[in-house]
Amino acid sequence: MMRRSAYASKKTGQPNSTNPISCSPSDIFRTASSKASSKEMERIDNLFYSFANRSSGMIDPEGIETLCSDMEVDHTDVRILMLAWKMKAEKQGYFTLEEWRRGLKALRVDTVSKLRKALTELEKEVRRPSNFVDFYSYSFCYCLTEEKQKSIDIESICQLLDLVLGSQFRAQVDYFIEYLKIQSDYKVINLDQWMGFFRFCNEISFPDLSNYDPDLAWPLVLDNFVEWMQAKQS
Amino acid sequence: MGCENIEFDQGWGEMEKGIEKLKRILAGEKETPFTSREYMTLYTTIYNMCNQKAPHDYSEQLYDKYKETLDEYITSIVLPSLKDKHDEFMLRELVERWLNHKIMVKWLTRFFHYLDRYFIIQKSVPALNEVGTTCFLNLVYEDVHPTIQDIVLSLIDKEREGDQIDRALLKNALEIFVEMGLGQMNRYQDDFEARFLQETTNYYSRKASKWIEEDSCPDYLLKSEECLKKEVDRVSSYLHSSSETKLIKKVQHELLVLYVNQLLEKEDSGIKVLFRDDKVDDLSRTYRVYNKISQGLDLVANVFKQHVTIEGTAFVQQAEEATSNQASNTPGGHEQVLVKNILELHDNYMTYLNSCFQNHNLFQKALKEAFEVFCNKTVNGSPSAEILASFADHILRKGGSEKLSDEVIEETLEKVVKLLQYVIDKDVFAEFYRKKLARRLLFDRGTNDDHERSILSKLKQQFGAPLTSKMEGMVTDVVLAKEHQSSFQEYLRNNPDVHPGLDFTVTVLTTGFWPSYKWFDLSLPSEMVKWVKVFKGFYETKTKHRKLTWIFSLGTSHINGKFEPKPIELIVSTHQAAVLLLFNASERLSYSEIVAQLNLAHDDLIRLLHSLSCAKYKILNKEPSSKSISQSDSFKFNPNFTDKMRRIKVPLPPVDERKKVIEDVDKDRPYAIDAAIVRIMKSREVITHQQLISETIEQLSRMFKPNIKAIKKRIEDLITRDYMERDRDNSHMFRYLA
Repeated sequence: MMRRSAYASKKTGQPNSTNPISCSPSDIFRTASSKASSKEMERIDNLFYSFANRSSGMIDPEGIETLCSDMEVDHTDVRILMLAWKMKAEKQGYFTLEEWRRGLKALRVDTVSKLRKALTELEKEVRRPSNFVDFYSYSFCYCLTEEKQKSIDIESICQLLDLVLGSQFRAQVDYFIEYLKIQSDYKVINLDQWMGFFRFCNEISFPDLSNYDPDLAWPLVLDNFVEWMQAKQS
Repeated sequence: MGCENIEFDQGWGEMEKGIEKLKRILAGEKETPFTSREYMTLYTTIYNMCNQKAPHDYSEQLYDKYKETLDEYITSIVLPSLKDKHDEFMLRELVERWLNHKIMVKWLTRFFHYLDRYFIIQKSVPALNEVGTTCFLNLVYEDVHPTIQDIVLSLIDKEREGDQIDRALLKNALEIFVEMGLGQMNRYQDDFEARFLQETTNYYSRKASKWIEEDSCPDYLLKSEECLKKEVDRVSSYLHSSSETKLIKKVQHELLVLYVNQLLEKEDSGIKVLFRDDKVDDLSRTYRVYNKISQGLDLVANVFKQHVTIEGTAFVQQAEEATSNQASNTPGGHEQVLVKNILELHDNYMTYLNSCFQNHNLFQKALKEAFEVFCNKTVNGSPSAEILASFADHILRKGGSEKLSDEVIEETLEKVVKLLQYVIDKDVFAEFYRKKLARRLLFDRGTNDDHERSILSKLKQQFGAPLTSKMEGMVTDVVLAKEHQSSFQEYLRNNPDVHPGLDFTVTVLTTGFWPSYKWFDLSLPSEMVKWVKVFKGFYETKTKHRKLTWIFSLGTSHINGKFEPKPIELIVSTHQAAVLLLFNASERLSYSEIVAQLNLAHDDLIRLLHSLSCAKYKILNKEPSSKSISQSDSFKFNPNFTDKMRRIKVPLPPVDERKKVIEDVDKDRPYAIDAAIVRIMKSREVITHQQLISETIEQLSRMFKPNIKAIKKRIEDLITRDYMERDRDNSHMFRYLA
C-alpha cells in the first residue's frame, strides 16, 4: 500500500523538486521506500526479460520451463497454476510483462529464490476457502486456449481435476475421472459442470452419496455419475 | 327509624316456617301456594338481617344456612328415595328429584335474594343458584352418575337393537349431566359422552364385521344409510347437539371407512357388478353416502379408478392375445376392435360420471388416470398412438368398411380426439396421422375434405396449432393442386407442340408440410422424361424461385396390358410402371439388367418385382418360379395373365414406417424442449430449477411428456450455448442471458 503510493509519487515528481510538498520524516521514509520500490521494479523487470522470448516480448512455454527448473519445481506442479492465478495470466503457457509484474509485486519477490519460497505461502493463500473457488474457476478458464472455446475435452479435464482437486478430494476425483473415461455421453465438460463438481465435493457425503438428490439442479453429468457409482456399489 | 335488631334465631325461625311450607309443597302435600305477603315477609326478614349493624349483620350465617338447608333436604329426603331404585325407576326418580331440587332452589333463591345482590359480590362467593346446583352435584350426582351412565347406555343399546324406550326420560336424564357442568360441557363429556362414543364404536364395529360378510354391497349401503339416519335422530331426540359430529364420524368410520375396499370390491355385488348391471341407484347411493364422509369420496374414486383400469387393460390384453394367436390376416383388425371397445368404455363411464357421481372432479380425475394407464400400452409392437392414428385413418378412408353415415363419422372422430387426451405421446400420434393422411390424400380417391378438415380443427382446438399446422398445409396443397391442374391443362392447350401425348397429373407438395420421402434416382422411361420436362416448363411460367423434386414413389400409373386372353388396365405405382415398361423393349430381362436400367437399390427393386411376379397378380413370369426374389432371377412378360375384372389395382405393400416415425419424433423432441425452456426463461428471467422443470413439462404436455433427464440435458446444452446461466449465489436458480 505504502509502496504503491510511493510509486505513484515517483511518477508525479521527486520530493526535492519544485513540487510544493512540505517535507516531513514520513516523506523521507516514503522517498526511501519509493527508491527501494523502483529498484525492486527494475529487478522484477530484469528477471522477466531473463526468461522472456526476445521477439515476442513475453515469457513463453520454454521460458516457463526454464523458470520452473531454476526454481526446482516441476512445470506441471499446481503451484505454477497458482502463480498464474496470482498474476491473473490470460493465456495458458505465457506470461506478459504486466502479468509478471502484477504477480511478483503481490508476492513481494524479485528474485528466483524468493519466488520459490513464496510459492509455499501462495499455496496456503489459494487454499483458503474464500480464494479457492475463484482459483478453481480460473483454472478451467485458463485452459480455454481457442477463441470462443467453451468446453474442455475429457482427457484434459481429468488431468486438471487431478491437479487442482486431487489433494483435497482424492476419492471423489479418482472415481469421477474413472467415470468420465468410460462414459460416452459427454465428450467435453463446460464451466457449469466443472463448478458443479466442486459443489458436489463440498456438499455431498462420499462415498455413500446419501444426501444426493437428482431432482435438484445438479448438472446431469453428475446425476449420471452418481447412478454409476450406486450401480457399482450394489 | 331505629328498628330493633332481629336476633338470629328469631329470624331464622321465621325462615324455617317458609322452608317447611316449601318442603310440604314439594312433597305433594296439600298446601296453599305462597301468597305475596308470605313471600315479602320472608324476603324482608333476610333483608333486615343483612342490613343490621355488626355484630348483628348475619349475611354470612344466612348464606351458610341456605346451603345447610339444601344439604339437609338432600340428605334426608332425596338420597333415601334413590337408594333402592334400579334401572329406569332410578332414572325416573333422579329426574323427578332434580326437578324438585331446581324448584326448591328457585324459591329459596327468591327468599334469600338479597344475598345475591351484595353479599356474594362482596365476598366473591358463588351465587345462590350455583350453590344450589353444587349441593346436588356433591351430594347426589357424584355418587350416582356412574350408575346413571350405565342405565342410560343400556337403554340406548336396547333402542339400537330395536326396542322402544322412553326418550323423554333419557333426554331429561342427560340434561342433568349437562347442567352439572355449571356452564361447561365437561361433566356431560367425561361422565357420559366418552363412554357412549366408545360403546357406539364397539357396537357398529360388531355389526359391520357381521354385515360385511353377509350382506351384498347395496344392502350394506342401505343399512349404513339407515343407521346414520337413526343416529342423527337419536341426537335430536335426547342427546346433546354437540355430540352429533363426533357420533356420526365414529359411525361412518366403523361402517364405511374401515370396510370401503372390502365393500366396493365384493365379488358378486361390488362396484364392478353395479356397473355391469347398470345399478344407477345403488351407485348414486354409494356416492351420496361417501360424500358425507370427509375424504370419503377419495376412497370411492380410488376403487372406481382401479375398476376402470382393470376393464381397459383387459381390452388391451384381449387385443394382444388375439393378434398373436391368429396369423395376421386382417392386419390391425384387432386394434380396430380395441379402439372401439375403449371408446365405448369411455362413453359408458362418462355417463356414469354424470348420472351417479355428479361429475365430481375426483371422479373425473380418477377416470383420466385410469385411461392414461391403458391408453399408453403397446399392442404387439404397435404403440397406442399408432393404433389411434390407424383407427382414424380407417374411418376417414371412404367412411371405413362399414359405410358409416356422415353423422356417425363426425361423432366417432370427435371421440377419437377426446381419447387422444389420454395418450402421452401426442407427437407420435401426429406423425403417424400425418403419414397416413399423406397416403389418403395421394392415393385414396374420394377422401372427404369436410371430414378431414373437421378432425384437424378439432385436434387444433384441443391440442393447439403446432400439432395440426403441417397437416392443414397438406390438405390445402391437394386442393390447390386441382386448381393447378386446370391451369396446366390450359397451358397444354395453348402449347400443343409440347404436349407429350398422354394424360398426366402433377400434384405439387410443399416440402415443409409433408412427411419426408426417400428420393430415388430412378431412370425414367422415355415417355415419362418428356412429362417431367413439359411440367417443368409450365411450372416455370408460374414461379421461378422454387425447386421441384420428383417423388415417383408416390405416383400412380394406369397401364394397358395387352394380354392374350383380354386387355386389362393395370393401376400401379409409377415405380412399378417403370419396371413394366422395360418389357416393351425386351422380352426377357435378368435382375441385374433391370437394376442397371432403373438404377434402384436392391431392397426397393425386390419389393417391386415381388409385387409383380410373386404376389396375387403375376404380371411377370419369374425364372425360377420360387416365392421370393433373388438377384439371379430372370423375368418375362406374362402374356397369359388374366382376371375377371377389366381393371385391376396391383398393390405394392408399403414399407413399415413405424420405426422411422418413432425415430423422427425422438429426434425432434430435444428441439421442442429447447424452445420451451427458452420461452420460459425469456419470460421469467430468473427461475428456480424445480419451477423450470415443472413449467417445461406443462408447456410440452400437449405434445409429449419429457423426462427430467432429457430436460436437464437441454439445460446443460443451453448453458454451454450461453442462453442461460446458473445464478452465482444460488446454485438452484437460473438466469436468462439475453
